Amino acid sequence: MKTLFDKIWDAHVVQQVEDGPIQLYIDRLYCHEVTSPQAFQGLRERGLKCFRPDHIYCMPDHNTPTHDQDKPIEDPVSRTQVDTLAKNAEEFGLTHFGMMNPKNGIIHVVGPERGLTLPGMTIVCGDSHTSTHGAVGAVAFGIGTSEVEMVLASQCILQTRPKTMRITIDGTLGKGVTAKDVALYMMSKMTTSGATGYFVEYAGSAIRSLTMEGRLTLCNLSIEMGARGGMVAPDEVTFEYLKGRDYAPKGEDWEKAVAYWRTLKSDDDAVFDKEVRFDAADIEPMITYGTNPGMGMGITQHIPTTEGMGDVERASFEKSMAYMGFQPGEQLLGKPIDYVFLGACTNGRIEDFRAFASIAKGRRKAANVTAWLVPGSWLVDAQIREEGLDKVLEAAGFEIRQPGCSACLAMNDDKIPAGKYAVSTSNRNFEGRQGPGSRTLLASPLMAAAAAVTGVITDPRELL
Amino acid sequence: MKQKFNVITSTCVPLPLENVDTDQIIPARFLKATTREEKFFGDNLFRDWRYNADGSLNQDFVLNDPTYGGQILVAGKNFGSGSSREHAAWAIAGYGFRVVVSSFFADIHKNNELNNFVLPVVVSESFLQELFDSIYKDPKMEVEVNLPAQTITNKATGRSETFEINAYKKHCLMNGLDDVDFLVENRGKVEEYERRSVHRE
Repeated sequence: MKTLFDKIWDAHVVQQVEDGPIQLYIDRLYCHEVTSPQAFQGLRERGLKCFRPDHIYCMPDHNTPTHDQDKPIEDPVSRTQVDTLAKNAEEFGLTHFGMMNPKNGIIHVVGPERGLTLPGMTIVCGDSHTSTHGAVGAVAFGIGTSEVEMVLASQCILQTRPKTMRITIDGTLGKGVTAKDVALYMMSKMTTSGATGYFVEYAGSAIRSLTMEGRLTLCNLSIEMGARGGMVAPDEVTFEYLKGRDYAPKGEDWEKAVAYWRTLKSDDDAVFDKEVRFDAADIEPMITYGTNPGMGMGITQHIPTTEGMGDVERASFEKSMAYMGFQPGEQLLGKPIDYVFLGACTNGRIEDFRAFASIAKGRRKAANVTAWLVPGSWLVDAQIREEGLDKVLEAAGFEIRQPGCSACLAMNDDKIPAGKYAVSTSNRNFEGRQGPGSRTLLASPLMAAAAAVTGVITDPRELL
Repeated sequence: MKQKFNVITSTCVPLPLENVDTDQIIPARFLKATTREEKFFGDNLFRDWRYNADGSLNQDFVLNDPTYGGQILVAGKNFGSGSSREHAAWAIAGYGFRVVVSSFFADIHKNNELNNFVLPVVVSESFLQELFDSIYKDPKMEVEVNLPAQTITNKATGRSETFEINAYKKHCLMNGLDDVDFLVENRGKVEEYERRSVHRE
């Protein structure tokens, strides 16, 4: 009778507060440098220690430069924030993977790839893309800094129980259609608030067929539909991915863990508060045209017109078109672009670099394009080199940078200049997200590669 | 920051846009502070809408229009979507808003507002539309937000709606208490939970 979400959530309820929220136990807290300093400061002001330091892992990722990480960060404010995390981790006795540590990278890439993120866990971080970790079959969600302080102080958080939604996608994904396209398609149908208040489980044959990397991309973007989180029931793909990773259980413990993890699926008669279905065959390579991730369309489609919109909706849409420099009703194919960004917690994994390289191989980067290729972690960087993808990409005129969040939100030097167009594999196309005045077109690594080698918005299927 | 909340009667600042995301409320380049500098965040609230690229004031933006002011921000649906940054709530509080009214809030931001003693009030679409109309007709009109009674009243039209908030959080807001205080008091229950739960790792 229980959903996957219910099983994990219920196993973590410490108490139901009278006429109030639930006190939920947290297995993992991840901390990065941007949303944690005020939480540590709060602990200090209250004279508290960390309640369960062994459940907490810290690493800088947002401010880190994507070059010369062996040298001090040039921007003094960024440097202070990164140093503050290291000092806080030391003071409160927490594990910290600093810059240049082989385990460093984007927190949402590192957690799963090091086996810190495991099925059945509750996982939080002061970062909305914490939803990523749900891909292994965990309840993972983003929180604010006050809530980070709660977890530091008590290993718990107070939360209202979200409603449950199942999104089922059956069928086979077409050529050139990736997990990113599936997510952008869902957002375009659901809007950026369509799943607000819900925890989403993704199901169906098209979801089952995704690799672990694909599932991580999909769950990463759950927040862009407003969902509290997203999850996929663990299966052989999950176990295969996690086996042997640094922090995953070993030997007999592994066998025991897998036996428990196999119980983590929605019962056949489980009832969801909402059920949504999509057909994999309807999804083509996607691109966004506006200033929120729900404003996306198939690459061959036209931007919508304002017909039938209410006043507030039309004002918001027109503001977005003016910002992007696009006209309602037009197509994007063939439009010149200026920047390409491959990376972020959305698409900074090995599979994303393989996809990009599959199109770049034997071609050349277009002269009008500046391309930033940023691995999600040092481990991804090592895999790229092991597989020789660095050679393929270098031969095509691309350079691999050092890991971090980079141009996804431009807290380091990787900023898209005002008015310039960037085809980006990141997660948000909000105004100014990639630098003041930047214009972001969200897409898959295949679409990004197609734009990088042609210099214009291109249907990647033509180059496969 | 822990300003007790009871009844607020104030004029309003209208922002009739949908899907206002937290990157607009406070852009990422202002997130590098390591302390809760409310004034700094408040000064940069809606930074890229409030200022032109050259640093001059954008006279078309509502915060720069002396016609409108007050402690209540009224915005279109899906307010606070996107990034979890609590700096957005600090910016709203730092600017001097005590209440945000919308027909729909994004989850994380809503919690962040509550944790900073800013009250998110969810109203119906028709109440919201009427409220925008009333503000534009008379910018000096006032709205009463009554937390004990859980009501919001448009004093120009007399229309009133009730809003939801759980009893625990209402108690916290009215008494200036926060969740960390509660959770630290309940550490014993956590230890009990750890003992009884079959640990999954």
